[in-house]
Amino acid sequence: MTESQTYSFFLGCVMPNRFPNLEASIRLVLPKLGIELEDLKGASCCPAPGVIRSFSEPTWLALASRNLALAEMAGHDLLTGCNGCYGTFKETLTEIREHPERLKEVQKVFKGTGLKFKGKVEAKHLIEVINDLDVEDIKKLLTKSLEGIKVGVHYGCHLLKPSKNRPWEQTQRHTFLDELVELTGATSTKYKDKYLCCGAGGGVRGSQVAVSVDIAKEKLDNLIEAGVDCILNVCSFCHLQYEVSQAQLNKELGEKKYQIPVIYFTQLLGLAMGLDPSELGLDIHMIDTQPLLDKILG
Amino acid sequence: MTDKISRETIRNEAIDPDFVDSIVDAGADRLRTCIQCGTCSSVCPSGRRTAFRTRELMRKALLGLKDEVLSSPDLWLCATCLTCLERCPRQIKVTDAIIIMRNMAVEEGHMLPEHRKSSKKLLETGHAVPINAANLEKRKNLGLKEIPPTTHSSKKALADVQKIMKRTGFKKLITEDKEEN
Repeated sequence: MTESQTYSFFLGCVMPNRFPNLEASIRLVLPKLGIELEDLKGASCCPAPGVIRSFSEPTWLALASRNLALAEMAGHDLLTGCNGCYGTFKETLTEIREHPERLKEVQKVFKGTGLKFKGKVEAKHLIEVINDLDVEDIKKLLTKSLEGIKVGVHYGCHLLKPSKNRPWEQTQRHTFLDELVELTGATSTKYKDKYLCCGAGGGVRGSQVAVSVDIAKEKLDNLIEAGVDCILNVCSFCHLQYEVSQAQLNKELGEKKYQIPVIYFTQLLGLAMGLDPSELGLDIHMIDTQPLLDKILG
Repeated sequence: MTDKISRETIRNEAIDPDFVDSIVDAGADRLRTCIQCGTCSSVCPSGRRTAFRTRELMRKALLGLKDEVLSSPDLWLCATCLTCLERCPRQIKVTDAIIIMRNMAVEEGHMLPEHRKSSKKLLETGHAVPINAANLEKRKNLGLKEIPPTTHSSKKALADVQKIMKRTGFKKLITEDKEEN
């Protein structure tokens, strides 16, 4: 087994405060992979890269730096399970490293708080850490084949872009998440506009709900067309968007047309590890996951 | 010449020649090299379903139509998916330019009420989306710490976060009565 590694687990807002079931699945599954999590005590909102950053970039930079500083002081790299938070931390680190005067600006704002920050810490998305593990080590832990399950993989935007500031292969058609999903025996199903945005970011979900839901609907229609059993994501905000938007669309339509279970990566991996669905928080989804569970567990 | 064609005239007074400089200075490299090819608009998920046109926004910024750009609600239709930034043949940081212009808009008092609301939540709790009763219950049932180990469970942490937001001017920016009607 790969040597165990410890990270400061950054929760953000949406995961602990709206979808704690995702948090539960991460806390359950990651240690089994040798990834230990330490709470990042006293962390705040990341803050959101398209929302708070749009209002006051210096505030965004300072609060993001504070969260990074907490991890740096704890002596671990920061780990997040949200694409938006990931974007905030990656962009913050680049900004302060390329422009030392911005780091000084942040340090000045920290005065008297006891926060020390040099910008040496790294921020990682949990899927990045999982992707760096030995595939054989992951496979050894999988006891339940998900063969026959058709998964619609949704990467999200800030996980991949801006590509110059991301660790992935330089391509517009990524496959790393599809490959991780297929380790479980499930099939990653091709569907139209797979790399399209969920529509939640940039403050659009918050202020222009109709536009935001319509963007989500476009992808949901493509997923229905492709006949997937679930949509898989690695971002608490994308997760929120697909759960909430389906419920909203059904209400508007007056019929339950949108019923695609929305599954976070560690929930799917947990199922393939033979873990109990309720321990993975799969019994408290807004869109019923039972049809998917019936297909897997028979 | 008299005809009945309505022509849109941009008057000199509407043009602020310093506008584009301030956007570039704030980090939107190469904005001036825009060739108006429209790649940004063609890949925009918001543009597919609204009148929002990224290319038009970039052109207006280049022309210096500051007031028109900053007061337009369209500025807030970008979901920051970054596709335009990735595809721009001139490698213009389109999304960055939009975020910079949004900062200027907020500075001038143009902020959507929903955004002001989330900002106030951040000021009060350290989270733009704070915990609520239903989710405290869910956390408990899942065997998680009922109150997340964030600013929600540390007064000192929340005080630090609030101090930082005061120092960066966020508190003043959000709480000042600039609400639009």
